[in-house]
Amino acid sequence: MAGTMKRDYSLVGESMRRAIETGLASAEWYHTDVSRKAMKELMQRSDGPAIRDTIIWIAAILGSAAGGIYFWGTWWCVPFFFVYGVLYASASDSRWHECGHGTAFRTRWMNDVVYQIASFMLMRNPVTWRWSHARHHTDTIIVGRDAEIAVMRPPDLVRAMLAFTGILDFRYSLPTLVRNAFGNISPDERSYIPEMELPKVVTAARWHVGIYVTTIAVALYMWSWLPLVLIGLPRLYGTWHMVLTGLLQHIGLADNVIDHRLNSRTVYMNPISRFIYWNMNYHVEHHMFPMVPYHALPRLHELIKHDLPEPNPSMWHAYREVWPVLLKQLRYEDYFLKRELPSTAQPYRGEFHDVNVSAAAAE
Amino acid sequence: MADWVEACAVDDVEEEDVIRFDHGGRTFAIYRSPDDEFFATDGFCTHEKAHLADGLVMDDIIECPKHNGRFNYKTGQAKGAPICVNLQTYPVKVEAGKVMIQIA
Repeated sequence: MAGTMKRDYSLVGESMRRAIETGLASAEWYHTDVSRKAMKELMQRSDGPAIRDTIIWIAAILGSAAGGIYFWGTWWCVPFFFVYGVLYASASDSRWHECGHGTAFRTRWMNDVVYQIASFMLMRNPVTWRWSHARHHTDTIIVGRDAEIAVMRPPDLVRAMLAFTGILDFRYSLPTLVRNAFGNISPDERSYIPEMELPKVVTAARWHVGIYVTTIAVALYMWSWLPLVLIGLPRLYGTWHMVLTGLLQHIGLADNVIDHRLNSRTVYMNPISRFIYWNMNYHVEHHMFPMVPYHALPRLHELIKHDLPEPNPSMWHAYREVWPVLLKQLRYEDYFLKRELPSTAQPYRGEFHDVNVSAAAAE
Repeated sequence: MADWVEACAVDDVEEEDVIRFDHGGRTFAIYRSPDDEFFATDGFCTHEKAHLADGLVMDDIIECPKHNGRFNYKTGQAKGAPICVNLQTYPVKVEAGKVMIQIA
């Protein structure tokens, strides 16, 4: 289907029109059968795990910041800022994500507070990104509909590698905040944000920009880079872990399908990365059942893994698997990785993508 | 003239839970609150077409299973993004162990 025409990743272009015409937009997605009783248990909210994890997160941020400030001007500050940067600019992504879903804490205001703080750390407009992420869940990796496709086809491998430095995201995020602060909202943004929410986009952007301007003023007053190393610049030097884990969510897998087993990836990870990432390595499970909190995803995985492709045993394994797929996509952008289902699984839903699966998939 | 329609038996809905009820080509959601009261709303989320009966009931809130949008199921009030439109509610009564809802 998508192979017959060039992909248009704007949200107001030809691929968008085609997705709506063919029924790919807002479609009914495949779900593994889970009893209501089991799902109710998995969906249950609790403040405990997220309060514990947030205390650890904040304490580690403050501790590493204190070390960085104490050793500022010497090489000893580097390991402290290495830790600080990852906690600031990578761990905040998963906190933003879970609290945006409202699943991290049972208490709503706790989700909202952490969501706002994490959005600021990420230079993300908290209003815009709430809506873009809703669209990402409605139309996951549907070209022309999903605003959060990290690696488009054919893949730009230089951009993908530069993403680890945070430079590209920084160059996109900061100007976007400034543009929004001046009341300028793009056609793409308007395509997924309701009209009544637009004033909130501008207000949020003005708060963020105001804090950055204040930080710059303090840095100039102190005649020191330190305030900016603490606020803003971690988005450059601490993003790598977010990209390392986040790229694997969908890269190299199918697009324009309505079965998360075809376009999302579950990867087993080490406990430190899982803490930073808040278990989003169980990504097929999360997309299939976004109501399940991060701390219950390992249990959900155990319950439904009979119906899912075998998870990658490590990030290294996943990147080794996807690299040749990306190289092939440079020449043939319809190529993708179709992962085998176990014999206990229901077959893939194919009504929208039979042609692609048979013609282009890498077995 | 609004009709009272039998939706389910009292025991069909667990406490702090919701079930789906289809009638006349329409879908409704029947709730049982932690206080053992019954309520009824339209069955689909007003944001996108997702069955609220697959969602999570917490106190007086129903959370949509698709985007985690929240409504007060007693009043139908939308509780914030991505929900912008309130949910239609329906009168409910319990008679002889049956949950009845009044459908316009």
